[in-house]
Amino acid sequence: MNDFSVIGKSIAMVDAAGKTTGAGKYTDDLSLPGMLVGKILHSPYPHARIKHIDTSRAKALDGVAAVVTGADAPNPYGILPVGHDETALAVGKVRYVGDHVACVAAINEEIAENAIELIDVEYEPLPAYFDPEESMKAESDLIHENRAHNIEKDYHHVFGDLDKGFAEADYVAEGRYIANEVTHAAMEPHSTLANFELDPHTGKLGRLTVWSSTQVPYYLQHKLSLVLEMPMSQIRVIKPLVGGGFGGKSEIIPLEIIAAVAARAARAPVKITYTREEVFWAHRGRPRTIIDLKTGVKNDGRMTAVACKVIQDGGAYCSYGVVTILYSGALLGALYDIPNIRYDGYRVLTNKPACGAMRGHGTVNVRFAFESQMDEIAAKLNLDPAEVRRVNLLKPPTVTVNGLRVLSYGLPECIDQVVARSGWKQRKGKMPKGRGLGVACSHYVSGAANSIIRSDMPHSTVNIKIDRDGGVVVYTGASEIGQGSDTMTAQVVAEVLGCEIARVKVIAADTDLTPIDLGSYSSRVTFMAGNATLRAAEEVKKNIVRASAKRMNCAPEDVIMRDGRVWKASTTLSDSHPTLSDNSKEREAARGHVDGQILRGSVLQTRKEEGPKDHMSFEEAIVAAIDFHGALTGTGSYAPPVAARGGKHKGGGVGPSPAYSYSAQVAEVSVDEETGGVTVHKIWAAHDCGRALNPVAVEGQVIGSVWMGLGQALEEEMIWKDGLLMNPGMLEYRSPSSAESPEIECIIVESIDPEGPFGAKEAGEGSLAATIPAISNAIYDAVGVRLREAPFTPERVLAALRAKKGMKRIEMTESVDPTAPHKLREHGGSLWFRGKGPMRHPRDPARQGTNAGSPMGGGE
Amino acid sequence: MKKELIELRINGRTYELAIEPNRLLLDLLRQDLGLTGSKRACDDSSCGSCTVQVDGVPMLSCTMLAASCEGQEITTVEGVADHGGLAALQKAYGDFGGAQCGFCTPGFMMTVRWLLANNPDPTEDEIREALSSNLCRCTGYSQMYQAIRAVIQAEQTGKKEELVGAK
Repeated sequence: MNDFSVIGKSIAMVDAAGKTTGAGKYTDDLSLPGMLVGKILHSPYPHARIKHIDTSRAKALDGVAAVVTGADAPNPYGILPVGHDETALAVGKVRYVGDHVACVAAINEEIAENAIELIDVEYEPLPAYFDPEESMKAESDLIHENRAHNIEKDYHHVFGDLDKGFAEADYVAEGRYIANEVTHAAMEPHSTLANFELDPHTGKLGRLTVWSSTQVPYYLQHKLSLVLEMPMSQIRVIKPLVGGGFGGKSEIIPLEIIAAVAARAARAPVKITYTREEVFWAHRGRPRTIIDLKTGVKNDGRMTAVACKVIQDGGAYCSYGVVTILYSGALLGALYDIPNIRYDGYRVLTNKPACGAMRGHGTVNVRFAFESQMDEIAAKLNLDPAEVRRVNLLKPPTVTVNGLRVLSYGLPECIDQVVARSGWKQRKGKMPKGRGLGVACSHYVSGAANSIIRSDMPHSTVNIKIDRDGGVVVYTGASEIGQGSDTMTAQVVAEVLGCEIARVKVIAADTDLTPIDLGSYSSRVTFMAGNATLRAAEEVKKNIVRASAKRMNCAPEDVIMRDGRVWKASTTLSDSHPTLSDNSKEREAARGHVDGQILRGSVLQTRKEEGPKDHMSFEEAIVAAIDFHGALTGTGSYAPPVAARGGKHKGGGVGPSPAYSYSAQVAEVSVDEETGGVTVHKIWAAHDCGRALNPVAVEGQVIGSVWMGLGQALEEEMIWKDGLLMNPGMLEYRSPSSAESPEIECIIVESIDPEGPFGAKEAGEGSLAATIPAISNAIYDAVGVRLREAPFTPERVLAALRAKKGMKRIEMTESVDPTAPHKLREHGGSLWFRGKGPMRHPRDPARQGTNAGSPMGGGE
Repeated sequence: MKKELIELRINGRTYELAIEPNRLLLDLLRQDLGLTGSKRACDDSSCGSCTVQVDGVPMLSCTMLAASCEGQEITTVEGVADHGGLAALQKAYGDFGGAQCGFCTPGFMMTVRWLLANNPDPTEDEIREALSSNLCRCTGYSQMYQAIRAVIQAEQTGKKEELVGAK
C-alpha cells in the first residue's frame, strides 16, 4: 500500500526559507556581548618536538585576553575509544604542518593575528614520514610512541576457504589500484562559539554552552567533558544550521575544544572560525588508499574468491581510522555473493593531517578497485559488464560470508533501470571513437548496527509534546546538516498523527533539550532517528485515539487520523473523507470553529456539549485527549536488532547495519586523445533507498553523491610536498563547477525495507562509490586505457594513452625542479625527504639565504 | 588604522558608518550591520558565497573594500524579497531542492537574480555559465536548474503567484 498523505510527497525542507533568505543562522553568524575572537598558531613542521613555548610577548599585547597552549588542556581524546591520541593543542610534539600549537583570544581579529606572531616556539625537527609504505618500515622517531612501525591498526580477516576458491576459478585477475586523498571541503568552515556562565553559589565559572558546526553534538559534549574535566551535565552543546559536513564534522575538531579552553582562560565568550586553509589542515577526509586486489571467477563471471590488501595513509592521528580500515574490508560483502574473502587492512600513520570519515566512509576507494577489476574481468572473458554483475547477485534474505545480514535488496532493479535508461544494450561498443559507456555498482550502510562507544543505549531517542496550543513539538537529537533530517522528522510525525506538516515544530540537536542521538554519520538518521520518531509519534497517537474513540463512541481501532481530521472507520460521510473535507471545513468555519481557535474556552465548551459525533478536527481530538491526560507526551527510541549486529570476529562490529542501500550507475564519457581531458556527458544513477520519504530530497542526496564522486574521479586531489599541502584553497582544490557538471539522471528504486521507517533506507552516501569506477570503466570503453589511479586527470589519462601507444612519457616536472621525483603529483616524499628537508632547485629563492636548502629548518 | 565616516546605501536604506579604510564589505555587512546572510567560505574570492550586488552587478564582497562602494546601491540576500516575503526564486529553490545545507545559497540568489534580470530567458548553457561563478558542494547544481526553470516559466505564464503561494 502506498497510501500516505505526507510520506512519499516532495516537499520543501522545513528550514528552506531561512536558507534562501539569509535569515538562517550558522555558527559564525552568532555573536554574544563581549565576545572575543580566537586565532590559532599552527605548526610549520611536519614532525617536531616542542622544546619551549613563550607566550609572554603575546599576552602583553593590548587587547589580548588570553593565550592558551597544550598545557591548558592536556587530556587526550579522540572520536574512537581506541584512538585517544589527540590533544586540542599540541603537548610536547607536533605531528603535521598545521597541527594546533597555541590560541590567542583577543578583542578583534587583527589583534589576535598580531599576537599569534608574538608567540615564540622553539622546535626540534624530527624525521618525518609522508608515504605510508615507507612509514610502515619506521623503527625510530615514531609518530606515536605506542604505535610500532607507525601502524595504527592492522586487520587480517579470512572468511571461507581462499585456496579452494581460487583453485575453482577459471580466471584470476590481479592488480594494484590507488585512490588519492580527497577532502570534504564543505562550504561552511568549521566554527565554534563557547561561553561559560558564572555559578551563582561559588562565583566561579559554571555551566558551559557551546555552539558548533558539528554533525555529532553529543560526542562533542562527551569529549569536552573529558578534556575540560567537567561533568557532561554542566555542558550544553547547541548545533545551529550546519553548512555541510560530508563527514568532516562527524568528529571533534580541535577548534571545538580550543574555543572552550580559551573561553575558560579569558572568562569571556570566544568564537573561533577556521580560515579555508585551516579547514584543509583540519581535514579528516578520505585517505590515499593503495589497494592490491585479486579476484577469481568462473568463465561465466561468477566470483569464487576475493583477496584484498588495503593500505591507508591515515595522517598523524587515529581519528576514525580503525573504523575506516574495517569498513574497507567489511563492505567487500553485502553487495555481491562472494563465497570466500580474505582481507588484510593496514591503517598507517604519516606526518600529514589526519584522515577520517568522508561520505561513503571506507568503502569508496575499495569499490573503485573492485568495480574496475570486474570490468577488466568482463573484458578478458568477453562478457557484458552489466551481466557480470547480474550473475553475482545475492539472494536475500541472507547473511553474507562475513556476517552481514541483507534483507531488502534493490540492486537487480537498479541495474535493470540504468541499463534500460542509458540504452546500454544498443549503444555499448557502438559509439564513435573516443566515446564510451561504463557501469558500476555500490552500496552503503543505513547506520552502523554497533555504536562507537559500546553500550546498550538506544542509538536514537525522540520525544514529542502536544499541548493546548495544538502545536506538535518534536525533540530530537538528530543533527540536520543540510540533508533534510528535520524535514524527515516532521514528515514522519505528520504522517503518523494525520496532521498538517506546518503544525509540527522540530527542535533538534540541543543537548539540554533533546534526548541523546548519536549524530549524523554513517547515513543513520532516516533509519534510526526515523524509527525512533515513528515510535514516539505512535505512542502519543495512542492517547489521542483513546480519547477520540470515547468522544465518537467507537473502538480505538476504528479511529482514523489523517489530513488534520479524525473520524470513525465506519463513517461513510462524504464530507469527512480526508481528501474531500473542504466542504466540512467551510461549514465548521461558518459555525465559528476556525482552525487554530478551537482550543479557546467558549468554542470548545459548546463543541463538547454537542455530544458524541463521528468526526472531528485534529485540534478537537487533541483537546479531548488533553482533558484526560494533561499535555500529551510520547517517547520512542531505536536500537538495531541483535540479528543485524554482525559476526563475532575481531573487528566484526564495523560493517553490520540493519539495512543496506544499493546503487547502480552508467556513465557516458568522451576522452580527448590529444590532451587527455575527460568529459562526462551524463550519468544515470539508480538508487535503492527503500522508500523515498521525500523524493525531492532523495534525488538531491543521490545527485549530490554522484557529483561528489565525479569530483573525486576527475579532479579532486590533495597534493602534498614534504607534508605541506600544495592546494589548500577552493580554487586549487578543484571541484566541478556548474559549467563542468553533467546531467545526472536519478532513478529512485524502492525495495521497501521491512525494518526501515515506512520502509526507508539510506540515500545520502551510497551512490558516491559507484561513480568513480563507472567513469573509469567508461574511459576504458572509450579509448581502451585502464586508469588504476584516481583522479583521472588529463596528465594521468595522457600518460596512459602514450604508454599504450609505446610513446615516450612526458616528464612534466623536468626543468622545473630536477631533484623532484619524476611525477607531476608527488605524494610519497619520504625517500626524497629522508627527514632532512627537501633539496631545492638552485634557483629556488629558499636556497639563496643562509638557510640554504632548508626551508623546513631541518638542515642539510 | 583610523576610522573614517562614510555613507553606504544597502538594501534601499542609507547607513552612516565609521570604518577603517581597509574594511572589507563582507566584514562590514556581517559584523557591523548583522547582515549575516552573505557568507565567508573560501577567503580567496573563488567560491561566490559572499556575492552581493553593487549597482545590480554581482560582486564578491569578501575582496571588496567597503569604502569603495560609497554612492553605489548595494543589495544583499536580505534585500532580495519584497517586504520580508519570499521571492519567487527563493521559494523555488526550496521547492526543488536547490538548497541543501544552504551555506552557498545566498550567493547563488544574488547571481541568479542578476542573470534573470539581464536575460529573462536564458539557455541551459547560459544558466550553467552564469552559475559557474558560485560553488556548491551539496547539490550537484541539477535541482538549481529546475528551480530556475520554474521561476522563468512562472514569469512567462504570469503565474508567479502560484509558485510563491497566496499572500
